Amino acid sequence: MALKMVKGNLERMFDKNLTDLVRGIRNNKDNEAKYIAQCIEEIKQELRQDNVSVKSNAVAKLTYLQMCGYDISWAGFNIIEVMSSNRFTCKRIGYLAASQCFHPDSELLMLTTNMIRKDLSSTNQYDAGVALSGLSCFISTDLSRDLANDIMTLMSSTKPYLRMKAVLMMYKVFLRYPEALRPAFPKLKEKLEDPDPSVQSAAVNVICELARKNPKNYLSLAPIFFKLMTTSTNNWMLIKIIKLFASLTAIEPALGKKLTHPLIELISSTSAMSLLYECINTVIAVLISISSGMPNHSASIQLCVQKLRILIEDSDQNLKYLGLLAMSKILKTHPKSVQTHKDLILACLDDKDESIRLRALDLLYGMVSKKNLMEIVRRLLGHMERAEGSSYRDELLYKVIEICSQGSYQYVTNFEWYLTVLVELILLESGSRHGRLIAAQLLDVAIRVQAVRKFAVNEMATLLETYPVTAAPNGTMQEVLYAAAWIVGEFASHLDGPERTLAVLLQPKPVAGHIQAVYVQNALKLFAHLVGEAVRQRDGAAIDRHCQTLAEGLRSYLSSADIEVQERASSVYFLVALLRESLGVGTEQEQHLGPNADGGLLELTPDVPGEPEREETVVPDETNIATSGGYTGAAWDEIEQIATDLQGLFVSELNPVAPKAQRKVQLPEELDLDEWINQPPPSADASSADGGSSDEDKFPLFLTDGGRGGGERETNGGGDESRSYKRIEYTQDELDKMRQARLLEQTNNPNYLKSAKTKKSSGAEYQQHDSYDDIPIAEIALEVPLQIHSTKRSDKYLMDAERATRVFVGKGGGRKEKGEKGGKKSKRRGKKSKRYSDESDSESDDPKPLHVVNTVIELPEGAILSDTEDKNNADPNDPHRALDIDLDAPFEDDYPPEMKRKTVNQHQHSVMLLRDGDTKANRPTDENPSGTEGKHRSRRDPTERSAVKHTSKTNDRHEQVDGGVVHEKQKKKKKSSEKERPEEDAMMLMIDEDPPAKGSVKVRTRKSEKGAEKRNKLVREEEGEDGDGEEKEKKKKHSKKSSKHHHSKRESKKSGYEEMPALVVGGANKEAI
Amino acid sequence: MIKAILVFNNHGKPRLSKFYQYFNEDMQQQIIKETFQLVSKRDDNVCNFLEGGSLIGGSDYKLIYRHYATLYFVFCVDSSESELGILDLIQVFVETLDKCFENVCELDLIFHADAVHHILSELVMGGMVLQTNMSDILARIEEQNKLQKQEAGISAAPARAVSAVKSMNLPQQIKDIKLPDLPQAIKDLKF
Repeated sequence: MALKMVKGNLERMFDKNLTDLVRGIRNNKDNEAKYIAQCIEEIKQELRQDNVSVKSNAVAKLTYLQMCGYDISWAGFNIIEVMSSNRFTCKRIGYLAASQCFHPDSELLMLTTNMIRKDLSSTNQYDAGVALSGLSCFISTDLSRDLANDIMTLMSSTKPYLRMKAVLMMYKVFLRYPEALRPAFPKLKEKLEDPDPSVQSAAVNVICELARKNPKNYLSLAPIFFKLMTTSTNNWMLIKIIKLFASLTAIEPALGKKLTHPLIELISSTSAMSLLYECINTVIAVLISISSGMPNHSASIQLCVQKLRILIEDSDQNLKYLGLLAMSKILKTHPKSVQTHKDLILACLDDKDESIRLRALDLLYGMVSKKNLMEIVRRLLGHMERAEGSSYRDELLYKVIEICSQGSYQYVTNFEWYLTVLVELILLESGSRHGRLIAAQLLDVAIRVQAVRKFAVNEMATLLETYPVTAAPNGTMQEVLYAAAWIVGEFASHLDGPERTLAVLLQPKPVAGHIQAVYVQNALKLFAHLVGEAVRQRDGAAIDRHCQTLAEGLRSYLSSADIEVQERASSVYFLVALLRESLGVGTEQEQHLGPNADGGLLELTPDVPGEPEREETVVPDETNIATSGGYTGAAWDEIEQIATDLQGLFVSELNPVAPKAQRKVQLPEELDLDEWINQPPPSADASSADGGSSDEDKFPLFLTDGGRGGGERETNGGGDESRSYKRIEYTQDELDKMRQARLLEQTNNPNYLKSAKTKKSSGAEYQQHDSYDDIPIAEIALEVPLQIHSTKRSDKYLMDAERATRVFVGKGGGRKEKGEKGGKKSKRRGKKSKRYSDESDSESDDPKPLHVVNTVIELPEGAILSDTEDKNNADPNDPHRALDIDLDAPFEDDYPPEMKRKTVNQHQHSVMLLRDGDTKANRPTDENPSGTEGKHRSRRDPTERSAVKHTSKTNDRHEQVDGGVVHEKQKKKKKSSEKERPEEDAMMLMIDEDPPAKGSVKVRTRKSEKGAEKRNKLVREEEGEDGDGEEKEKKKKHSKKSSKHHHSKRESKKSGYEEMPALVVGGANKEAI
Repeated sequence: MIKAILVFNNHGKPRLSKFYQYFNEDMQQQIIKETFQLVSKRDDNVCNFLEGGSLIGGSDYKLIYRHYATLYFVFCVDSSESELGILDLIQVFVETLDKCFENVCELDLIFHADAVHHILSELVMGGMVLQTNMSDILARIEEQNKLQKQEAGISAAPARAVSAVKSMNLPQQIKDIKLPDLPQAIKDLKF
């Protein structure tokens, strides 16, 4: 007991220092948080004492706690106090704490300006050094502006240590205060030839950072750098210079020629691997940039690749990694020269190091050819099975797809193989986040490669049946079901067992709503196909059976929680009901499905204008028949009519649409969004009008999600009482006329997808598909049995391909046996194989593609694929944008006024500073910190403070607006508009076959484009507002300025804009005193 | 530019953290944790580069690290830095520490985190490499330490005395003083 007391007293007697704190934390591992909380309490007490060394001790402890994750910003004021101490020891602690916890947005920083200025001009170089180090971590825009001059003065200090730090510091100043770059640049340039190598190195460092983002402004420095490169021995600096040259040479190829020789000399002479590597890198950059200029550059590329090969073969993993990294740079421009090292890169795929494997994967992209694609993909799949870590597996999956799909599948020769691979990927990676990507690939292949459609459809049918729907937590693999369902529905005619698939689609599975919706829609498509088939075979029972299957299957979807699913299901359901009614069989079925079949919905069915076009064309007919028909046991031709109508819903071919097509749709001239599309309902009474308008408000919302869902929604919205849709019954003639008119309109409408003009090509594809069957497989007796034993289905294709090539190489006569099948084709191949034997070039024995990809892509008129509109997606917040300044132009005129003024007022300042420093140093220490703070606050005139803020801000903005920024923007705009012109002309040339038919755009198109238009309009309005806003702001600024003038006059009897900032600083000084 | 310099031990305990871009304390801890997870699962014989984690950097940033005994030294840098150059820099940093602490070990970093920061600030300033020449660095550190000692000479004499006493670990010593077991002694007294 007594001992404990003694111990406690002792602890209270001596403050804990940092070591004690650390020791204490280590001794209290069990209740660390509690111990630290207790320590923080102690620190708070210590901070309240007057002794600076006690305080600095406390701050040092806080710095340690900050590293452990404790917020110490509450002690900001104390940290500043410690920073302002005269003793180096305390100053060091203070600046360290500040660099760890302050940041450019810290409000406390405005208190530090003068203190830092004083430190920077201290006679002790280490005071200034510590201040610079600290400042580099938290410098703010205000500090940059206020201290830029002081730091520039330090750049020409007599002490190299300070020059070096000041030069580096200037980069941070430029980032926050771009206006300082122009005046500081000559000095910075001077420092490149400083007698002290570390100052030189710092200057090189800064210019490299600047030039990395805006290389063109620094081209004029190339000679100096060139000299440095040939004379310096500082490897670090050489690396920087060489890296800088790599970015300069990209915009000035002439530089490259000059560089190659010294670089190659360096490569041969240096022993430092880092320098060697960077040299190789830059030589690569040079060679890339002058790839057309030099005659023997391919030899140099070879040299580089050879060197890289040595790096990759090195046992040091780091060099291997870097070698692969550099290889990928060459790959972009000289894929051929990299391809010769395929073996090496494939070997890297088996490396134990993930970083290296990933780099090798990047390179694989350029390694594949038609010949080795299957083999490479097989290896990747093998990797996927073995690899642990889902992110790496995902990466592999992505790469497989990227490699296969590059250049519109230019290396895929057999799409059955590719589909099999995709299915394997699906089954292998149920937790992948690339489900959507695979779905897109499935759709793309099924649509664009017509020859494998049958295979694809049946593959998808199996997938639908067998895919285990599990609730993967964050995987998106379910998305493939979306694609699968769509494919089996759309290409139902290729299905082997359509009835079975229909049943599968109608089995409710726990999949997401949007996928279920696709299930329903495609069940209808399948159904239409089945009915068509049954009609062709005059099988009435089958029709009835199909109707029943669909009606029953839909029941679970009818009660789905997902509104979209429910809606689609009910519209399909009633379509079937109508059909059955017209066939005269469905009466008793209808009754027991009663609950949903209330009349309201029935009445809605005819009003289908919102439905997608294809359906719309037919539905009225349906109603016609339904309403007019009291048939019992309808005649076959009647039924046939219905069946074809039903199929007619889905006949038209879908073409792939270019990714940006929607955005490229041009605005019809006479489209006026403010105009009513339909006459508004007469607002008889306020309430109904209200209801109507609120309805109206909702519509754009639905329209914006576009497509089918939106359209259907609108139909239902029409069910609202306030909107009265008239039901018009057309006669058959009228309907025909309307349809023809619409077809005409559609063909003339540039915004409408036309059915493909690809009949020719599709024919060719089928032929080629046939030729696939021709490949002789079975008849060949191989001398050596194939050694591949694998369970994967996709491997079968690889083996087939291997066999096929063997046939080609081994006995060219194999084709003759098959000659009977298709004389034409075999002739063609015969020719080819002859050619192959002539030139035994590596490329020539590439396997011939079995399937051809349809490359027709739908685009609206006047748009071309290569349009680049997302070019300027650089980060607008990047400070380097503001640093894009032409540095060679004379700059006397735009010397920032503050800086000018500061040079004028320098003397006065230093006097003030001295006084300030004195007061601070001699400040009576019995006053505790919080008290001081309070006093400061109370002394500060609030109006004055706001004036200070305003000046800084307005000046800032003013400078930026006045400076080149606006001007440059305008220039850019001009340029871009000039660029666009010729492109447009080209477009017009391209599309002159399709006469522009803007006149024929009707209300419906307007409706569909309403969303887009609205957005456009909004943008316009915003622009307008922006303009206004700017004006307003200017006005505001003006008023602020004038008010500011006011203050300044009142305070110091000096007036005039030039003097303002000085006064602000003066004000700040006063505060401090 | 260097975005961050982290030193942590084999268990992920931070020994030094220096961020040249502002993150709040919670974020800093998360970054340290994530970086540790990325780095610690790698073998010693794989390469020293890896793509930056999701929290710090992104695609342009790389983690370059070295593993010494119980400590990982991790630098997060962008593409303007040479990879091998940074590896050399880490080596320079560690060698400097070794010179300053005489056979540096983890304990030195634990108890002198501030000194490590001061050393680092002679190598890297605001994310840019300041000095790579070790003898220059050592000279600068030496001079600053001398300055600190001079200051401590007169004014801090009492403080030094105290710390000297403290490093004797008085409380522990008092605790350790073996008093005779009084009750027993009393019992043992024989009248």
